[in-house]
Amino acid sequence: MAILIDESTRIIVQGFTGKIGSFHAQDMINYGSCIVGGVTPGKGGQTHLDRPIFNTVKEAVHEVGADASIVFVPPAFAADSIMEAADAGIKYCVAITDGIPTQDMMTVKNFLRRFPKENRMILTGPNCAGTISPGRSMLGIMPGHIYQRGHVGIVGRSGTLGYEAADQMKRLGIGISTSVGIGGDPINGSSHRNILELFEQDPETKVVLMIGEIGGPQEVEAGLFAKEQMTKPVVAYIAGLTAPEGRRMGHAGAIISSAGESAAEKVAILKELGVTICPTPAAMGKTVAEVLAKL
Amino acid sequence: MDIHEYQAKELLSGYGVKIAEGGLAYSPEDAVQRAREIGGTVWAVKAQIHSGARGKAGGIKICKTHDEVEVAAESLLGKRLVTHQTGPIGKVCGRLYVEAGTDITKEMYFCLLVDRSAERIVMVGSAQGGMDIEELAATDPNAIVKIYIEPAVGLQDYQAREMAFALGLDSDIMSHAVKTIKACYRALRDLDANMLEINPLVMTRGGELLVLDAKMGFDENALFRQQKISELRDKTQEDPRETAAADRGLSYVGLDGDIGCMINGAGLAMATMDMIKLAGGEPANFLDVGGGASAERTEKAFRLVLADQNVKAMLVNIFAGINRCDWIAEGVVQAVKKIDMKIPLIVRLSGTNVEEGQRIIRESGLPIITADTLAEAAEKAVQARNQVAALSTTAA
Repeated sequence: MAILIDESTRIIVQGFTGKIGSFHAQDMINYGSCIVGGVTPGKGGQTHLDRPIFNTVKEAVHEVGADASIVFVPPAFAADSIMEAADAGIKYCVAITDGIPTQDMMTVKNFLRRFPKENRMILTGPNCAGTISPGRSMLGIMPGHIYQRGHVGIVGRSGTLGYEAADQMKRLGIGISTSVGIGGDPINGSSHRNILELFEQDPETKVVLMIGEIGGPQEVEAGLFAKEQMTKPVVAYIAGLTAPEGRRMGHAGAIISSAGESAAEKVAILKELGVTICPTPAAMGKTVAEVLAKL
Repeated sequence: MDIHEYQAKELLSGYGVKIAEGGLAYSPEDAVQRAREIGGTVWAVKAQIHSGARGKAGGIKICKTHDEVEVAAESLLGKRLVTHQTGPIGKVCGRLYVEAGTDITKEMYFCLLVDRSAERIVMVGSAQGGMDIEELAATDPNAIVKIYIEPAVGLQDYQAREMAFALGLDSDIMSHAVKTIKACYRALRDLDANMLEINPLVMTRGGELLVLDAKMGFDENALFRQQKISELRDKTQEDPRETAAADRGLSYVGLDGDIGCMINGAGLAMATMDMIKLAGGEPANFLDVGGGASAERTEKAFRLVLADQNVKAMLVNIFAGINRCDWIAEGVVQAVKKIDMKIPLIVRLSGTNVEEGQRIIRESGLPIITADTLAEAAEKAVQARNQVAALSTTAA
């Protein structure tokens, strides 16, 4: 199983022919992802990387049966591309683009809510590294080789910190069912909680590692869900212990702007909710191993 | 991005919000001239720094004569004001706003901001204005009203009325109150602001609804389409190290510690700083060099970190995904040679082409300390820092 993507996922690349889109499309193809084409308005009918280019997402869905997309479109146009994917019937979209205006994301989320839940596209990102189900499909920009297939689900805001976690686990011989990057922006497609819901339903996932950070309410909401509605154990690390209040730490969303948003406060609340906390970022793999050993 | 009070007021005034008459001054003479132009017998001389709570820090002076205006201006210009929002270093006041004194009968709090949970704009108000809203939220949460705005249709009149009544405004001012609240919302949406705070919003003895203080913050991701707002940036209000970093396309936040950091990715950067702290050290900065760390970019990042005189050791932690460890290693070796670095450097590389990267560092002949894991890197950085600190104590 795994969540969101597997070998049968038919992927199109939005922003296919750009420099970044091309580079990562080739990387995903090399990994074995099923890339069925791309969208670049005005270049429809041509081919790129031996795959067809379409003018619209609707055409791509109709012609090659695309059901997932990855967005590399520049910030000013990315929201439009995401909404186009949702309207065309794409089931799952990863937005890699960093720098989408917050109000554009408000519009996107509002647009997605208009669809009945069963027809609503799942969006992860923006400003993320994407999603990988190791050995099956990669819909992102991560180094695929550091992920080993297995039974731990990962959800996190950060790209490289997610790599660090995957690497620590690989060194301990622990594999991953799916790793999902939800991105560092204040308003994002899916929350930590949304992804925990999916992992709870996935028979292959036994433990979930949540990698959170300062700012916003999402880690605590996810902790509440873990306590009240999950049977699987959740392990968490919250980055930003040393972050001062009111300062943006790289990610647009990584800023402590009100009570409960610091790393220390989030850790205290999550502990109370029964989530296992990694004592240090160097102990993410070890903590997951300990929890797995107890199952 | 933050702007000054006078800039926020000018913007809001353009949307039809009423403000007291005022003018900008860069010198005591300017200030007196502004007071003359405004007329009347009472003026407020207000320090323009990017922070709220200026009143408590002595940044707002009420004056009854032109001489008092001059004295107030002299005392404020060039002064470093410290509020709980500026941090201990404070911010230097380089501009004043001289405003006509207002005879206030009622003070209220009003704010619009992006609510991350609701993914909507929320309007927050209280009939108890003038005080710290976080304090009020803690002591009397019922005194605060929140109204969420549906993004597709925007702020409706009935919502503005609900807010106006919650603020305790009388029926005879209702139509003007609705107009003011809607104007604020329009400004926030049109200009890609993520926060607009009016504290206080006041009723005057003359029966007018006035914006007495205004604070606006803007979404940096949207500045590409807000040219006029970008021009309002005041670099004197920023940490010069952060300004230098931003101009080089690097994301940097200066801190008080003495272990300099250069890391790729915001999450890994925060985690590495946490690890330094847990190993007994204090990070000097947050620095995300991003994905495409070229040799040139690496050198710029090194110079930025080392410009901080407090830095006693430097830690580089790179997890190469799109990047390659060998490229990073070459960049680091070049930077160290070019800069003639005098303090210990700890490098931890991981990910794509890691063996090749480590070989380049080893064979460079430079005294670079290497580490395999995050924990080892942080521990070695703290050890190196402690040795440097011990040496300088002995020397002294």
